[in-house]
Formats: sequence, structure tokens, C-alpha cells
Amino acid sequence: MLQEFAEENIEPLAIGAWILGTGGGGDPYISTLNLRRLYAEGTRVDLMDPMALDDDDMVAVVSKMGAPLVGQERLGDPVHLARAVEVMEDYLGKRFRAIMSVEIGGSNALSSFLAAAVLNRPVVNADAMGRAYPEAQMTSFAIGNLPMFPLSLVDVRDNEVIVTRAASWKWMERISRKVCTEVGSTAATCKAPRTGREVKEWGIHDTVTKAVELGKAVLDARRRHADPVEAILNHEGGKLLFRGKVIDVARETTGGFLRGRTVIEGIDGDRGARMELAFQNEWAVAFRDGEAVAMTPDLLCLLDTVSGSAIGTESVRYGQRVTVVALPAPRLLTTPAGIAAVGPRAFGYDIDFRSVFP
Amino acid sequence: MKRIGIDVGGTNTDAVLVDGERIVASIKVPTTQDVLSGVKAALSHVINAPASTGLSVDAVMIGTTHFTNAVVERARLERVAAIRVALPTGRSLPPMCDWPRDLYEAVDPMIFMVHGGHEYDGSPLVPMQADEIRNAAMRIRDAGITSIAISAIFSPLTTECEVKAAEIVRSVIPDARITLSHTLGRIGLLERENVAILNAALQSLGRTTVQAFADALSDIGVGAPFYLTQNDGTVALADVAAANPVHSFASGPTNSMRGAAFLTGMENGMVVDVGGTTSDIGCLVGGFPREANNIVHIGGVRTLFRMPDLLPIALGGGTIINPQTGEIGPRSAGYRILTEALVFGGSTLTTSDIAVAAGIVEMGDRDRVKGLDRDLVRTTLARIGDMVADNFDRMKTSADDVPLIAVGGGAFLIPDKVAGASEVVRVKNAGVANALGAAMAQVSGEVDQVFSGMSRDEALAAAETGARNAAVSSGAAQDSLKTLEIEDIPIAYLPGGARRVRVRVIGDIAFG
Repeated sequence: MLQEFAEENIEPLAIGAWILGTGGGGDPYISTLNLRRLYAEGTRVDLMDPMALDDDDMVAVVSKMGAPLVGQERLGDPVHLARAVEVMEDYLGKRFRAIMSVEIGGSNALSSFLAAAVLNRPVVNADAMGRAYPEAQMTSFAIGNLPMFPLSLVDVRDNEVIVTRAASWKWMERISRKVCTEVGSTAATCKAPRTGREVKEWGIHDTVTKAVELGKAVLDARRRHADPVEAILNHEGGKLLFRGKVIDVARETTGGFLRGRTVIEGIDGDRGARMELAFQNEWAVAFRDGEAVAMTPDLLCLLDTVSGSAIGTESVRYGQRVTVVALPAPRLLTTPAGIAAVGPRAFGYDIDFRSVFP
Repeated sequence: MKRIGIDVGGTNTDAVLVDGERIVASIKVPTTQDVLSGVKAALSHVINAPASTGLSVDAVMIGTTHFTNAVVERARLERVAAIRVALPTGRSLPPMCDWPRDLYEAVDPMIFMVHGGHEYDGSPLVPMQADEIRNAAMRIRDAGITSIAISAIFSPLTTECEVKAAEIVRSVIPDARITLSHTLGRIGLLERENVAILNAALQSLGRTTVQAFADALSDIGVGAPFYLTQNDGTVALADVAAANPVHSFASGPTNSMRGAAFLTGMENGMVVDVGGTTSDIGCLVGGFPREANNIVHIGGVRTLFRMPDLLPIALGGGTIINPQTGEIGPRSAGYRILTEALVFGGSTLTTSDIAVAAGIVEMGDRDRVKGLDRDLVRTTLARIGDMVADNFDRMKTSADDVPLIAVGGGAFLIPDKVAGASEVVRVKNAGVANALGAAMAQVSGEVDQVFSGMSRDEALAAAETGARNAAVSSGAAQDSLKTLEIEDIPIAYLPGGARRVRVRVIGDIAFG
């Protein structure tokens, strides 16, 4: 039930998590460096099967929030993620059995590992999104209608905040975002604590392993000079949507989100066609010649055609050769409650969700 | 205006003498082991060419790969001290934490992390503590280190901490040579700091290299000011360039692309520069190479600064062909082509032999390739064509056909028809495009900052003014300034409509 997370799994985890980030979640580079250093110092993290949790165990849900650009200067430090967990323990007067990440997409996939390495606790092989999403009400725990408070938030200057109550998941998101902005648009948070039973019932399970295996498939394909994109599709049972070249990127920030669209001109079999990928931090909807052909919660991933590396909404640029793929969403996200929380309408598109997967 | 342009490459040293826009003389000589005798030979040739008689030289522009080689070879690097002003952030990832072990050891740094720095909106993160910096400076002085890199959090937005820290260090070590990260890099602390430290490690080499070039020039009687060419297709006065060696890292291919623009009069299009071992494909925008917007690794170190966006291909005039399979490269005869290629009496089949056999180019002894299998020649040429077309398409930014300019000593390898190219442009003197690009170089100024609390137009205008001022302080003539690029990206999570704006301005050198 506890298994040491091997050092050689760090790189695959980062590669897989960046793909599952569907354009958002932030480049895992800095977190990877941090975890490598902790391992180099002899620290090891154990991975825990969520089903091995006792019903009344307490699980900390950690997350680094804020602007990726600020993270490129402030270089997140594991001790702050760990501190957010300690602050929550002090407030609750209870000890956490284990730690999990709020999302498996992008750099936050490693947040649980960083906190766990400092605190010497296991990481639960699960997350609350199965990918990356921009807001707190887009977690599986919110879909499950679980309590959304309390929340602890820690910044580097010794500011520690506890939000004791919030009226809803959306209010929790608004309040914590406001505080995060105030302390410099980056902070470590420990979200509403979960019981073992809640994680077993509402967590998205085995996603750490899933990200690692996906990353390994990419690395293996590169080593064999095989097509990494095809390896991703085979591994996840995904679907190829489009191949082409980025010809336009329009970005704007509204309400604290990075929104915009990327236009891709088809090549090879897609020559003559166009795909537009609309995004809000993550890729949200894919339009082929104006028609919505794929959408959240299916995972839309923009991949470098040659390397299979994920391309983020912040780093996509003119001229890149890309492949757009869809990967199946965790089942919970495609239930009616899931669609209400993370379907196209949650992102402002008046479209009925239609999966590309039968 | 008479100028000499020199490009010191791995295989050849090229020189041109231009008068205004007219090429008076040009030469290609093999690069020598000591570099300088080759430079002197090339210089003497163009100066003493009959057409040059009576012309005095106003400026000499030198492009060199010397500094990149030092990093790649982990040789001739100086011991440095790195001071990072960022605590309480970044403690877990100290300076150089992501460097390859051997390069780290070659630089053997002293590392200090102290409190201070700023936020994205220009407010202080925590107060900087002068004592911490003074103590670091005293330890650096006691260790006998004089080359120091200083980085501070968000310094591209607010330079205050780096500038103040440098003053404190200088008060302790008056002869310190200090590199401030904001003068070289962009947002991304680790990457910007890496560039600053690489630069600091090259200080001694920068000075000795520039001094050696100065001696070579004075030996052959050229008293004109001289400049080193930079990654972005511009030049800096030799003394300034000596202090910023990292700005000269990728100047070779950049010079070729600038030369291609000049030779053809085309400001936009694609360029393929075919050397002895490799070719580079790049995109010309407004007469300058399009810049890479992403991470560039140099000697295994992650950096983020002004570099041309190039796609290297393992195809050159010396690339070896397997006579059995027709396989092309990736090995190359390189500078040994003059003894190893069939047409030069050797026994190795190279792309040049194929080209001679096909009658595309004349060199060496054509009779020596007469017996080559016709099918092999035809299929090899077709494969070269496919290689070029495929890589050309990867670098294109639209599906429309665009012109492809072929330059460099091996330009003959580029077929007359390339899929996706509206035409393949060939020009006289294409073989010395790089030296010509160096000769015609201008100076630039850049701003890359986050602006908040102002409209988009105001932010763009503020950035443009900053870039113009930077260009003038680098030696550009005010009335020649031209804005080359404006790019802005709004930033998520930041209030006040924050956006990151990058503007680059270019101008002619102000002489006198």
C-alpha cells in the first residue's frame, strides 16, 4: 500500500503531468528541480494507494496558486507548501495522514511530493481533477458537494492566512485569489482538508501513476525514434484531432484569467482546414472550420509534433508545428454534475457537451 | 564609409571590404589553430587587394565563435562569484543549481543568496540589507575573485537592487568586473542568472580576445575602431562586447542571414546557410533573423536571451555519403575536405563530389568522379532536396510559398526547386555572406518589461521610448532609429491590466 516513489520516475511524472495539464497548470520545471534536489539530499517520498486510507484519516490537499510568470522569478520553495499544511494542522488540531495534489496537470502534480518530502508523509496516488482546471469549484470534491473550507494560504514573508468559512466553492475561489494577488500573485495553499472516506469516494484515483506511465511512454518512443504523439494516443486511448502549424495566437486577460485562441493551419491530411483552440488558462474548446468538434472535460492537448512535449497556453507561438489530440476525461467529469462544473458552459460557451469518445 | 567585416568560423575565416554598399574585395581562408594568423591573412588580403588601393578603413566588424567554444569545451573560464538578491524566495534553488556538473566545477563559483528584490508591480519584496552584500563582497575579495554576477528578483522591471548591490560590491572591490543580470536576460530568474554567470565566467577571455584582435589589427596597420558582432545581428564596440561576451554567442549564423538580406535586398524570406558540416535555416523578418522566444541551452545551461531562431541540419559541403546505401551524413569531412574528398584526391565520397559529378559546381578534379554510379548521384541529389524541403517547411510560418535565399560555401547543394519555396535565390558573393553581414551590422536597443496600471498604447509607447534610449546609449545615430519588433502579452492573475511588452529598435552606428 506504500511504495517508494523512485527517483527515475520524477522526469516521467513531469512530462506526463505537463501533457495532462491541457495547456495550463504551469511548466513543471522548477518543481522538478526542487524535487530532484530533495532526492539528491537523500529524501524519499512514498506513494500511497487511496483505497488504503482509513475512513477517518485526514488528507491535506495542497496547491501552488498564482501567475506562472511570477513563479519564474520567485522559484517556489517546498518549505512553503509544507508550511501551508502545518498551518492547517495547527488550526484543526489534527495531524494529516497523507498529502495529495489538487490537480495532476502541470507543476501542481509535484506540489504534493514537495510538501510530502519536507514533512515526511506519503503522497496519495490521486488528485481532484485528473487534469488541470483554473478554479476551485472545478474539483471533483466540489462536484461531490463536499465542504469547501477551511483553507490556509502562506506566502514567503511570513504572512499566513486561514479562510475559516466560505459561502460556496466559488466564494472560496474569489477570496483566496484576492489574497493570493495581494501577496504578490503567488502563494502556497492547503485546501479544505479531506477525510480518507471522501478521498476514496470523490478523489480521482491513480493519477500519479497515470502521469508517470504516460511520461514513460513518451520517453520510450523518443528513445526508439518512434512517434511520441502516437505513443501518447495509444497509451491513453486518445484521438488525433488535427495536425498543423500555429498561424495566430490571440491572448487577453479578463477577470484574472488568460483567455484567447490559437489558430492552427492544417498540414498533411488536414491541409486546407483550420483549427481554433479557445483557452482559459487550459485549452477549452476546439473548433474545426468554425464547428466545435471537441471540448472540456475531454482533455484537449496541444503537442509538439516531433517531440510529443506539451505546449502551454502561455508558451504557444507562431510557427510551431503542432498536433492536437483529445484524451478521455475521468468519468466523474462527464456525469451531469461534472458537466455542470467543468463542461463548456462553465467556460462561457453555449454548447452542449459532446465527447469525441463513444 | 569603408568597413571590413570578418567572420571567424570553425572551418573558414572570411573577410570582405565594403565601400558604402559596394563589395571591394573578399576572401575565404582556412581558420588557423591560433585563429589570429588566419584573421591577419584575411585582413591583409582585402586591404592589399588592388581595388582597395587608397581606401582607408573606417571600422572593422568581427564575428567570432570563440566565446561559445569556451563554454562548450569548459576551457578558459574564470572563477566567479554569484550574488542573488531574492531571499526569502528561491532559497531551495541556489544559483547554478541546474548546471552540468563539469561546467559547474570549471567555473568553481562562490555563491551568495541575500535578502531583497522586487515584485512584478515594482514594490519591494523585502528590504535589501546592505550588510549582507558587504559581507559577501569581503569574502569574494578575500578569495581573490574579481568577476561577479549579480541577479535580483524581477530586475528586468526594477533594476534598483542590482544597481545598489553593485555599488556596495565595488566599494569593497574597486576593480570588480560586475555583470548585472538585467542587462543581459529576460524574465525568468534562473535563466537570466545563468546568462549573467556565464558572462562573468568569460570576462578574462573577453578581454584577452579583444586585445588579441586589437594587436592583429595594429600589426597590419589598421587603426580604425573595431566592433564584435552580436547574436541579434547588430554590433557593439569591442570594449563593450568584451564585457558582454554572451552577446556574441550565435553571431555567425546571424551574420550570414544579415548578409543574405543585404546581398539580395530582401527583407523577408527564409535563408539557408550551408557550411562545411552543417546548414542553418532561419527566417528573415524586416532584414533581421527572427528570434527564438524560448529556452536555449548553451553548453548544457538553460538560458533565455536574444538568440536567432535557427534550425540546424546535418548537411554541408563536406558531409559524407555512404556509397553503398546512399545515406547522407551525419558525419562530415569538415575542414579535411580539401584532402579527403574524391575531387581533391582523397578517398571519401562527400556531397561536394556528388555535386561535381552532377555538373552543379566546379571544384577539384572532375575526372576523379566520372566513374560514379549515375543512379547514386541522382538519388543522392534527390535526397538532399527532400532534406532541405522538409526542414525548410518546418521553419516556415505560413503555408504560402516564400523565397529561399541560399548562402554559404556549400550553397550549391540547395536545389533550384524546393517544395514550398516561391524561388531559390542565389547571388554573387553568397560564399562570404557572413563576413558581409558583419560589415553591414547596426546597433540595437531593447526593452522587455511588465507594465501595469496603464493602457496598452501607453505601455507600448513607454517601452518604445526605453528601447530607443537604449539604442542611442549603445551608439546608434538618433535619426536612423527604426522599430523592429513590438510584442505584448497580457499576464494572467496580475491586476491592473498588467502586460509584458518587448520592443526592439535598431539604428546605424553614429560615427565620430
